[in-house]
Amino acid sequence: MKYLLMIYNDETEVMTLPKDKMEQRLGAYGAFIEAMNKAGVCVAIDRLQPSSNATTVRMVDGKAKVLNGPYAETKEQLGGYILIDVPDLDAALAWAARCPGAGHGIMEIRPVWSM
Amino acid sequence: MIPPGAEAHRAAESAARKSYGKLVAYLAARTRDLASAEDALADAFASALGNWPVSGVPANPEAWLMTAAKRKLIDGARRRRRAEKAADGLVLHTEELISAMEETEGIGDERLRLMFACAHPAIDPAVRAPLILQTILGFDAATIASAFLVAPATMSQRLVRAKTKICEAGIPFRVPERAELMGRLEAVLDAVYAVFTEGWADPAGTETRRRELSGEAIWLGRLVVSLLPEEPETLGLLALMLHAEARKQARRDKAGRYVPLAEQDPANWDERLIEEAECLLFQAGKLAAPARFQIEAAIQSAHAIRRQGGPADWPAIVRLYDGLLALTGSPVVEINRAVALAEVAGAAAGLAALNDLAANARLQDYQPYWAALAELLARTDAIDDAWQAYQRAIGLESDPAVREFLQERQARLSSRTTPGRPPR
Repeated sequence: MKYLLMIYNDETEVMTLPKDKMEQRLGAYGAFIEAMNKAGVCVAIDRLQPSSNATTVRMVDGKAKVLNGPYAETKEQLGGYILIDVPDLDAALAWAARCPGAGHGIMEIRPVWSM
Repeated sequence: MIPPGAEAHRAAESAARKSYGKLVAYLAARTRDLASAEDALADAFASALGNWPVSGVPANPEAWLMTAAKRKLIDGARRRRRAEKAADGLVLHTEELISAMEETEGIGDERLRLMFACAHPAIDPAVRAPLILQTILGFDAATIASAFLVAPATMSQRLVRAKTKICEAGIPFRVPERAELMGRLEAVLDAVYAVFTEGWADPAGTETRRRELSGEAIWLGRLVVSLLPEEPETLGLLALMLHAEARKQARRDKAGRYVPLAEQDPANWDERLIEEAECLLFQAGKLAAPARFQIEAAIQSAHAIRRQGGPADWPAIVRLYDGLLALTGSPVVEINRAVALAEVAGAAAGLAALNDLAANARLQDYQPYWAALAELLARTDAIDDAWQAYQRAIGLESDPAVREFLQERQARLSSRTTPGRPPR
């Protein structure tokens, strides 16, 4: 079953992180991705640019309304996602806990509708 | 000033902590209907919180709660009978059983029987520890789910299913006879140990619920020892948990960094807990019949002798792991044995032992295997392989402090090799 793991984190924390800590975090992510690949569970993974680079669009009265910034202005923003394919939710939770994002942010796990 | 309801609230809380499992076990012992017993008790606690601030805390809160809960149980049975209309024999039966309790003097301790029901072979092993946490200690499903890294809805479902099975399949609330006791007791002790290790997985104690779990497991261990004092394995399990608990503080330095066992300062271990563990182990030894938990406790004891200033008794540790391996055949034990062997016969010998496990598919995602492999490879100067093994261990670790520790070890390797190591 496929699950989307979404990493929500405080963007200011990321921006003010000292360089050595940032390297350590990126290293941890690198190791985590390798472990997922070795286990053959990772379908896709990406880190997102900050929410200040986000744009929203929706149709209002038949016209597209485009706004600057993220959909919701919250302290924690979506910072990245991982799509995994695992047997069940327990396995998805185990991988989410291993993700460094569970330490510096919050992981949201959503099952994907199978088509 | 203490607000009027505060005293009643505290009394209810303290009664809940002391008596919850006793009351659930007693209420469900005859009907085997755990869900109804828990509901009735929850109602009784709610009434207590409404009544006690007005009428004062009763002299015997436990008896008050029991009476209230029994009334709720009988009401519930009557309501169900009316709803179902059919004069169902089963419901009548329930009512009779509940009123039969009135005749019993005092509240007998049925908790051990309840634990044997929860850890019955017919109950899925994965749900036994959660079931004990809920029925004996009154933990809610969400808290248990979080501790066992399972979705709250899933955990609720599993608990409900297990309780239905106990009720419908007729799983008895009884302590097995001598002949069966050993095998059945093992399942109870396994479940208690599972509670402990889930608490242990959070050494920093950042998650309060989990930190409390190891304490709750020790409480359960003491309960089992008090109810079955002549069983060496109950003593062994309690000794094992106390030995581990004694080192809890030492597993982090002042800055919150992870400190592995070998680098811990024995002065930071809890002397009082170690003494208690040693006493229990000695008692267990007198009863002979060494089995799993006693051996594991003895291994901890062989580490604890570092308090006297010397090294751990590694030759004894290897022998104990040999015994444990013969008993369990567990690959996890094999990993620990290989690490101990490296201390006695050198890193190459340890690596050779680990090599036998390389083909085990179940260990591919098992962090301790990769961490042990990395450590021994580093000691034999197989820098590149060690780097790769550390990488795997880092990727599989979920505790941020341990992850950082492994990253530091990995970085230390890079300084030992020629420049050009891929920087990550």
